[in-house]
Amino acid sequence: MINSSLRELSAALAARKISAVELATLFLDRIDKLNPALNAFITIDREQTLAQARAAEARVPKGTQSAGAGNTPLAGIPLAHKDIFCTRGWRTSCGSRMLENFVSPYDAHVVEKLAAAGMVTLGKLNMDEFAMGSSNETSFFGPVKNPWDTARVPGGSSGGSAAAIAARLAPAATGTDTGGSIRQPAALCGLTGLKPTYGVVSRYGMIAFASSLDQAGPMAKSAEDCALLLNAMAGFDSRDSTSIERPAEDYARDLEKPLTGLRIGLPREFFGAGMDDDVRAAVEAALAEYRKLGAITVEVSLPNSGLSVPAYYVIAPAEASSNLSRFDGVRYGYRAPEYGDLNDMYSKSRALGFGAEVKRRILIGTYVLSHGYYDAYYLKAQKIRRLIAADFQKAFESCDVIMGPTSPSVAFAFGAKSADPVQMYLSDIYTISTNLAGLPGMSLPCGFGAHGMPVGLQIIGNWFGEARMLQAAHQYQKASDWHVRMPEELK
Amino acid sequence: MSQWEVVIGLETHAQLQTKSKIFSGSSIAFGAEPNVQANAVDIALPGVLPVLNREAVVCAIKFGLAVGASIAPRSVFARKNYFYPDLPKGYQISQFEIPVVQGGGLAIRVGEQEKFIRLTRAHLEEDAGKSLHEDFHGRTGIDLNRAGTPLLEIVTEPDMRSSAEAVAYARALHALVQWIGICDGNMQEGSFRCDANVSVRRPGEPLGTRREIKNLNSFRFMQQAIDFEVQWQINEISEGRAIRQATVLFDPDSGETRAMRSKEDAHDYRYFPDPDLLPLEIGADWIAQVKAGLPELPQAMQARFQADYGLSAYDAAILTASRAMADYFVTAVAAAGAANAKAVANWIMGELAARLNKNDMDVANSPISAAQLAGLVQRIADNTISNNIAKKVFEALWNGEGQSADEIIDQQGLKQITDSGAIEKIIDEVLAANQKSVGEFRAGKDKAFNALVGQAMKATKGKANPQQVNDLLRKKLGG
Repeated sequence: MINSSLRELSAALAARKISAVELATLFLDRIDKLNPALNAFITIDREQTLAQARAAEARVPKGTQSAGAGNTPLAGIPLAHKDIFCTRGWRTSCGSRMLENFVSPYDAHVVEKLAAAGMVTLGKLNMDEFAMGSSNETSFFGPVKNPWDTARVPGGSSGGSAAAIAARLAPAATGTDTGGSIRQPAALCGLTGLKPTYGVVSRYGMIAFASSLDQAGPMAKSAEDCALLLNAMAGFDSRDSTSIERPAEDYARDLEKPLTGLRIGLPREFFGAGMDDDVRAAVEAALAEYRKLGAITVEVSLPNSGLSVPAYYVIAPAEASSNLSRFDGVRYGYRAPEYGDLNDMYSKSRALGFGAEVKRRILIGTYVLSHGYYDAYYLKAQKIRRLIAADFQKAFESCDVIMGPTSPSVAFAFGAKSADPVQMYLSDIYTISTNLAGLPGMSLPCGFGAHGMPVGLQIIGNWFGEARMLQAAHQYQKASDWHVRMPEELK
Repeated sequence: MSQWEVVIGLETHAQLQTKSKIFSGSSIAFGAEPNVQANAVDIALPGVLPVLNREAVVCAIKFGLAVGASIAPRSVFARKNYFYPDLPKGYQISQFEIPVVQGGGLAIRVGEQEKFIRLTRAHLEEDAGKSLHEDFHGRTGIDLNRAGTPLLEIVTEPDMRSSAEAVAYARALHALVQWIGICDGNMQEGSFRCDANVSVRRPGEPLGTRREIKNLNSFRFMQQAIDFEVQWQINEISEGRAIRQATVLFDPDSGETRAMRSKEDAHDYRYFPDPDLLPLEIGADWIAQVKAGLPELPQAMQARFQADYGLSAYDAAILTASRAMADYFVTAVAAAGAANAKAVANWIMGELAARLNKNDMDVANSPISAAQLAGLVQRIADNTISNNIAKKVFEALWNGEGQSADEIIDQQGLKQITDSGAIEKIIDEVLAANQKSVGEFRAGKDKAFNALVGQAMKATKGKANPQQVNDLLRKKLGG
C-alpha cells in the first residue's frame, strides 16, 4: 500500500479494501517509526489527522470508477503539507524560530483546495527556513536526512516533502519552488515534482519568500500522481492578484498520448561544464530512451542562462527583504525576551528569530534596493530577467519541451556546501531560469549516479505547458521503473 | 517682508470614501473599537496578499478628471519599506515612480486675485494604523482599524506664495474632493490632512531649503503654522544660520513649529514595485465611464451661473463653495424660475447664510428647504408680499410655522394690500391724524414725507405695497 499510486489508493478506498482512517493510520505509524531518523516532519497531530480521515470516509465514492484518470477521486487519500502553507489549527513555522509557535487562523488556498477534494493532512513538513536553501540545512528544526543515504542532504527547500515521499511516509506532498525548491529535492530524492506556470496555483496563504518567483506545486512518486494533484491545486483565486483566470483544465488529459514527433530542446548551456559525469550519463540515457519513444531532440540555446543565478540572487533577496519585514515581533511570532527601546526590540527579535541564511538574504536584499544601488542591481536584474524569458521563447520556436539535468550533482553530504553560499546557490543553476521566466518545470527520476543516489531529469515547458510536460514524463515512466524504486532499508 | 519671497507646496492626504479598504475587504468606518476592522490582510499575517479595491481607483480617476490631469494608462504600486509598529507589513503600499494622476491644477482666489496652482501628481496609497500612547501605562497600544484605509495623496508644485494662498488652495481642494464625492472632508477625524513644504528666499534667488510641516488638520492651524515657520526661517537666515531640511510639527498650544527629525536620519525607503500587485491599467473606456458619472464641476457651474443668471463671479463662487450649496441653489432656481435666480441667490447668500451661520448649521440641513425659499421669492416677485413682510415669512418658515410661504401668508394674513382705494382711504386717515407732519413737509422738510409713509405702513401692519403708498401720498400732498 505504501508504494501505491494515487489511482490505486483511490480504487482501494472505493472498493472498501481500506478505509481512510486505516490508510491515514498506516502512514502515521510509519511516520512515528521512521521520522525520528529522517526529521522530515516538523508537526504531526494524530488527532487532527484522524478527525480529517473520519470526515473524509463519507466522501469516498463507492465502487469502481470508470471515468478518466484526471477525475480520480482523491477523497480519503492522505498527503502532507510543506510548512510554508498556512493550515488552520496547525502550527505553521516556515522552518523558522520566528514562527516556532505560530498557529495559523486560516488555511492557504492550496490547503483549502486539497481539503475540498477530501484529502487528509498527515502533518507539516520540514523545510529550509523561509524556503531559503538548497539542502534543508537552514531549518530551525534541524536538517532533513535523505532517505537514500542519511549522511546526505535531501535538497531544498522542500526537502521535508521529498524525504517524506521517498521514505513512503506520505503518498504525496505539497511543495513550493522559488528557484528550484520542488525540482531539486525531487531530483535528489528520486521523486517527481512539478512547479507550475507562475499564476496557475494561488499564493494565498503560502508564506512569501520572493513573490514574483514563488509557486506551489505537487510532489509525488509519478507524473500521473502530480497531474491528479495539480488538478486539485490549480485554479483562479481572487485573493491573489497574480493568480491567472483561465478555464480549468485536466492536466492528466494527454498522459496516454504517445510522444511521436515530440521535439525536445536541449540547451547547449545545460550540457556544458559544471555537470557531474554521473548526472550527465543518466540524463543522456534518458534522452536516448525518449528518442526510442518517438521524440526527436534538437539543440537550442539559452544564451543568458549564465546570468540567471546572479539575477536571481538580486531579485529574490530584494523581495524577501521586504516580505520578511512583517516578522517584527509586534503582532505575532518571536519576540526577544529582553530589549530596550523599540528599535532594540526589532533588532533583537529579528537577530534571534531568523537564522544566518535568512539574515544574509535580508541584508543582500536591503543592499540592492538601497538608494544609489537600485538601478545598478535591481533594475539591471529585472532587465536580465526579461532577456532570459525572451531566450526561452526563442528556444520554444524550435521545440515543444526543453530537457536537461535538474541538478548538477546528486545529493551531497551534509556540510559539503554550507560553508560556501555561492557553491550552494550554484546547485540551483539549472532550475532558477524557469522561475525568472515564469515557466513550468518538473523533475523526474532518470537513474542513479554516484553512491547510488538518484538523478533527476528536468523538463521545462512553455507557459501553461503542464499537460505536455506531464505527458512526456508519464510516457517515460511507463517505459522505466526509476520512479517506483525506494530505499531498500526502508521497505 | 517684501524683501522675502515665501514658497509653499502642499501635500494632502485625502481619505477616500470607499466601503472597504484599499487592499482588503475590511470596513473603513470611523470610530469602531480598536482592531475590530482589521482582518488577516490588515494585520499582515504570514501568507496574506493585497487585492486592489477598484472603487479607490474610480476615486482617483474622478479626481484626475476634476483637476484636468492626465490619468496614467499604466501606473505601478510600490513598496515603501520602513519599520513602525502601526505599519503591519513593514512596508506601505504606495505609488512612487508612476502615479495614477499626473499634472492638472486648481484655480484659487485670494481676495480679488485669481491664481492657478499646478499639481505635480496624485497617487493611491494605504494608510497606516494608529499608535496609542495613552492608557497603556508607559506601553504603546496599536489600533489597526485605520491600516489599509485608501488615501489619495495630492501633491502641488511649489506655487503658493503666502499662507493665505496655501489656505485658499487647501480650502478649494477640500471643497472639490467633497464635491466629487471621493472624500468626506472631515478634518477632525483625519479624513483630510495636509503637509506644507515651506521655504523662503530673496526674490530672484534659487529656492531655499524647505522644511515640511506635518499633519495640519485645520485651516486655521495651517495659516498659523506657516506664518510662524516663515518668520522663523527669515530670522534664522537673517541671523546667518542656514536652514536645514527637516520635518517639523506644529504645536497649536504654543503656536510654534518644532523639528521632529532632520534629513540626516531620514529613511531610505527602498521603494520597489510591489510584486504582489499587477500594474494598474486604466483604459479610455474606464475613464469615459467614470467621466459620465461625474457631477458638473464647480468651475463649469460658476460660468453657467454667470452666463445664464447674470450673477457676478463672486456670487457664483459663493454659490458653488460646496456641492450642498450648489444643489440648494439649483433646486431653488428650478422651482422659482430662472427669472428669479438673482433674487434666490441674494436670499441664500443674505438671510439664509446669516441664519445658518448664526446657528452653526450647514445648508445641507437647512430648516428652510430650497422649494420653500423658492416659494417665498416667487411671492415677492409677484407682489404678493413686500421684502419686509418676506422677512417675517422667512422667520416663520425657519420656525416651522407653516409648510410653505403661501400657507404662512394666508394663515397670518400677510398678503400685500394693492387695492388703491383701500390704500387711499388709509392715507387720508393718516394725513388727517398727522397734520403737523403735513405742515412740515409743505414747509420743505423731506423727512416728514418718510414719517407719513411710515405711519401709513404701520396702519396696514406693513402690508401695503410700499411703492403704491409712496405714489399716492405724493399725489395727495400735491408733490
